[in-house]
Amino acid sequence: MAIRWFYYAAPQNFYALATRLWPWLAALAVALGLAGLWVGFALAPEDAQQGEGYRIIFVHVPVSWMSMIIYLAMAFWSILGLTFNTRLSGMMTRALAPTGAMFAFLSLWTGALWGKPMWGTWWVWDARLTSELILFFLYLGYIALTSAIDDVRRADRAGALIAIVGAINVPIIYFSVKWWNTLHQGASVSLTRSPSMAQLMLWGMLLMALSFWAYTLAIVCYRVRSLILERERFTAWVQALPEVSGAKP
Amino acid sequence: MRWESWSQFWDMGGYGLYVWGSMAVTALCMGFEVWLARQAQRQALALAQTEAEELS
Repeated sequence: MAIRWFYYAAPQNFYALATRLWPWLAALAVALGLAGLWVGFALAPEDAQQGEGYRIIFVHVPVSWMSMIIYLAMAFWSILGLTFNTRLSGMMTRALAPTGAMFAFLSLWTGALWGKPMWGTWWVWDARLTSELILFFLYLGYIALTSAIDDVRRADRAGALIAIVGAINVPIIYFSVKWWNTLHQGASVSLTRSPSMAQLMLWGMLLMALSFWAYTLAIVCYRVRSLILERERFTAWVQALPEVSGAKP
Repeated sequence: MRWESWSQFWDMGGYGLYVWGSMAVTALCMGFEVWLARQAQRQALALAQTEAEELS
């Protein structure tokens, strides 16, 4: 079955798709989250070095992954937006930004709470931590810039530049632990070798990561609907929506 | 289940503040974001409805 990409590039069609998808994605996020917390807190053993303190990993690693993935997704939509000038691209980028900013903040927050007991400090100007802080500022910069420009299409284009140029920071974050001698440890899970973690710890972390994926997709579907309604409110199709016209569907 | 009591669970081997401080703030942030998104949706709908009334 071929997915009709260009069909769903039209805000009208994507609105209908997002309306159908978000409740399922939200339910999936809750189910995976509960399963992940169960595996992480009830089944996974304590760590040989860090005792129970390592359990911060079940949020720290997934939120950090999401903070990077969401920025790449914003860059992807921005490239599409600048190349094809599609209306949906700017709205998708904007719908992603607050969630990405939240995950970047949570990555720093949970990292500080992990650093204090294990390293003896909340913060160091280490390459990994510093590049993640820059990512957080890039999100804030994107949000500030796009909300400061009144003409939404111009704001989208200006924001797209930040999203694309800033994406260079994502591989820097990812490889920072290899390129520089950092206090932050290297990756425990990578695509090129088997993970250096106990099975149950790994499963808890993966379930939480999948839950945050589903959460992100759900909230982005939900938020992009508000953006579409706001921007397209003068169009006939929005006026004809039952939730707008008040007509029974 | 690897905990013998709730107090042991909340204590997290002495790391309670750090572990629960991470979990709680994550949950709070997500809850707040969901609340914000619902507010935004309500506003967007109201805006579109006003537009519909003016046109009709």
